[in-house]
Amino acid sequence: MKLVVNGAERSFDVPPLKRLLDVLREDLGLTGTKEGCGEGECGACSVLVDGELLNSCLVPVCQVDGATVLTVEGVASQGELTPLQKCFLECGGAQCGICTPGMIVAAHRFLSTGKPATDENVRDAIAGNLCRCTGYAKIVEAIQLAATQAPAAAAAEGARR
Amino acid sequence: MRVLEHQGVVGRSPPRKDGADKVTGRAKYLDDLGFEGQIFGRTVRSQVPHGRIRRIVWDEAFDWSDVVRVTAADIPGENVVHLIEDDQPMLAHDLVRHREEPIALLACADREKLEEALLRVRVEIDELEPLLDPLASTRVFKSYRIEQAPEGLLQAFSSGRVVEGTYRVGHQEQMYIEPQAIAAVPRPDGGVTIYGSMQCPFYIHRALQRLLKLDDAQVAVIQVVTGGGFGGKEDYPSVLAGHAALLARKAGRPVKMVYKREEDIAATTKRHPAIMKYRTAVAEDGTLVALEAEIVMDGGAYVTLSPVVASRGVLHAAGAYRWQHARIDCRVVQTHTPPNGAFRGFGVPQTLFAVESHMERIAAELRIDPLELRRKNALRLGDVLPTGQKLVSSVSAREVLDAVAARSGYLRKRKEYAADEGARRRGIGLSLSFHGAGFTGSGEVKLKPRAGVELTARGARVLSISTDIGQGTITVFSQMAADALGLLLDDLEVAENDTSRVPDSGPTVASRTIMVVGGTITKAAQAMARILQTYVAEVHGVQAAEVSCERGIFSAQGRALAPFAAIAKRYLSERGPLTVIENYRHPPDVHFDDAAYRGDAYPCYGWAATAVEVEVDLDTYQVSLLDVVTATDVGLAIHPVLAEGQVEGGTVQALGYALLEEHVWSQGKLLNTRMQNYLIPTALDVPRMQTTLLENPYPQGPYGAKGIGELPMDGPAPAVVAAVLHATGKLVPELPLSPDRVMRAMEERASPASPVAQRRSAEHGRRP
Repeated sequence: MKLVVNGAERSFDVPPLKRLLDVLREDLGLTGTKEGCGEGECGACSVLVDGELLNSCLVPVCQVDGATVLTVEGVASQGELTPLQKCFLECGGAQCGICTPGMIVAAHRFLSTGKPATDENVRDAIAGNLCRCTGYAKIVEAIQLAATQAPAAAAAEGARR
Repeated sequence: MRVLEHQGVVGRSPPRKDGADKVTGRAKYLDDLGFEGQIFGRTVRSQVPHGRIRRIVWDEAFDWSDVVRVTAADIPGENVVHLIEDDQPMLAHDLVRHREEPIALLACADREKLEEALLRVRVEIDELEPLLDPLASTRVFKSYRIEQAPEGLLQAFSSGRVVEGTYRVGHQEQMYIEPQAIAAVPRPDGGVTIYGSMQCPFYIHRALQRLLKLDDAQVAVIQVVTGGGFGGKEDYPSVLAGHAALLARKAGRPVKMVYKREEDIAATTKRHPAIMKYRTAVAEDGTLVALEAEIVMDGGAYVTLSPVVASRGVLHAAGAYRWQHARIDCRVVQTHTPPNGAFRGFGVPQTLFAVESHMERIAAELRIDPLELRRKNALRLGDVLPTGQKLVSSVSAREVLDAVAARSGYLRKRKEYAADEGARRRGIGLSLSFHGAGFTGSGEVKLKPRAGVELTARGARVLSISTDIGQGTITVFSQMAADALGLLLDDLEVAENDTSRVPDSGPTVASRTIMVVGGTITKAAQAMARILQTYVAEVHGVQAAEVSCERGIFSAQGRALAPFAAIAKRYLSERGPLTVIENYRHPPDVHFDDAAYRGDAYPCYGWAATAVEVEVDLDTYQVSLLDVVTATDVGLAIHPVLAEGQVEGGTVQALGYALLEEHVWSQGKLLNTRMQNYLIPTALDVPRMQTTLLENPYPQGPYGAKGIGELPMDGPAPAVVAAVLHATGKLVPELPLSPDRVMRAMEERASPASPVAQRRSAEHGRRP
């Protein structure tokens, strides 16, 4: 089987029902994607599969054979933090950090849609990602700040997808 | 935004030092680490709440050859989870006292086979009648009584207006998003090294010495990046580390144990349920006169931290108010349920829920606005608490109340919402809370925390065992030491939390990290600064008193002498390593008598008020949050963004406690052990919050700082009760305020003392 993960083609030989989450973490060494519940509730394992936000703990890898996957490791390009990641740092959007990879991926996806970053839209976009530390306030703030800082980048990202 | 006059980093909000790793996925949590030759561990549990083990039956048809099996018989030392009292076995061998009690351990390299193995073990237990009702339990782990001028109680209750109420709260699950996770690596010297997700590495260190009969040097406990704790990783990791270490010792290989979510929810500690009866006497003008309270907490099967949870709870049970007479009794008892333990707030969210809800009841009876009642009785400088403690500094009860009242538009909305008609009713309510910083009583004196700094070629390294579990310890400690030394934040690093390398600064609990440990680090850094000033004076031929360091440059009388790094390198090569470790010094005028339970239970208190606005749907009984406003006195915010993060995160946990979070039990079995059926707030469940930090410095705290971690957990739940009371006329005395509870309250006959209730119920035609 193969996947295009964070821009690179990766092939691997695993049982077809192995969870995408485990393939990423164990076979491809991408441990940025986390497991919080194993049943699609917490969103710590969020990744983009062909541009769609999915809980990778619920996806048997055979279902996405050949797909393009973006994990948190692929959000920053060449080690340069995106405006979104910088805004998370500036606003205090990460505390313990275990939900952060999933949040970053969900927020990255939201910014790429070019939707206005209203409170409601942003909260809706991260409603599938549980955070127990921040109360969400600083995460919402970070995403909104990123939306104002990089509207051009976000639009370009949207066009690319 | 305030303007800082100094050049330093204290009071500013630089990006957290571990932030870049966290937003890129580079941060390595326990389950992200691999250990050479590792195998995986699982736990065989009782499945009955109370009974006597007859035998363990291993299925003979199963191939056990590559499965490591451990029972109590394999324990080389004492079969205890060492904590306050050593009543909890690491593995049960005779009696089982709760359904999730661990009895045997399995480990295997193949995780699928490990799951199969778990099904091939059967424990035969002769069942005994379980004790599940805390009110019926006579097995008291600990009881407390606080009295204040009790000789006047009888008179006060016979002459004043008497208001009574009973308040109940259930379990609350910490629900850190990273489950409990530990790896144990056996060592050639017969010892063990533990890596894991934890708050208190030395708890584990000491527990393993007892369990495995090891000396101090044979155990090392290393905290790795930890995905949340909230108290849930205070004491439980000692159990998991004990299990992993037993397996690793027998296997001779590293053993990793990461709980699945269901196991984590079912087996690990939670907030103590409580039943709290309040009886008060008040004057007609609203002056609080006398308080009698009886508090019963459910400790679960073993003592764990129950005595200290109950202690902190009872010490806050009178609320942030002046009373003339009081008698407060509290007992924490055994039931045959998994042990309850630490959860942010540590007994106080329970008692403050009771006393603050009771304030609403008093206000309704006296027909006084609840804000006015609170303002009138709120503690002031010079007031005396029921333990006899006189408040001598940093008291902000009135200030936080006034701040939230102003920012929430409380008075205007009280009038406006009272006129709501129809099926959707809005309400606004508030609460006042306070929270003692640091260990209770003489805890810090007995613990003797130590922390320090060591000189590096570039700056300094902070040495303590206090863990960063998300709250930002690494960053705030660096800020505090940076300012004491005159360094830039980047010149500071924080040593790995390894019990074999850093001093024991005590557990990361009790809102003590900044005030107690940060204060000790600051003193150590100041001492190091003096040593280096003297050295610079010698090297450059100037007076030591003239030497100072700012932003990493030593200067004297306005003349730059040398960069800190150059001095550090020279010092290290000429004189060798420089490490300064300080002992925590308790303020000399703060005394508590543990036996008499009198005196200064805490050196200082944080203060907070919360206003909550709700809308209640009278058809579905759904309570929705419209607005949440907080004002919090933290003494001084070392890092305002992180401090706000503590307030907002704690507030939302408390709003979950208020509205969503509830455990359902049947015969000692927890029925909702999944994130699907134990709900915590999502981003859509809570509104935008207005967060205000007030700074009323605590003179003995570092830079004026007090504790902050737990305080935000205390007030929001009763503020929701108050808002729902305002919206509906009904006081719901039990958490959470789920639709069924609100419905039951609405269908009860209107309380005769509550005119609002009568009007509201009559209007809506729901009186039976």
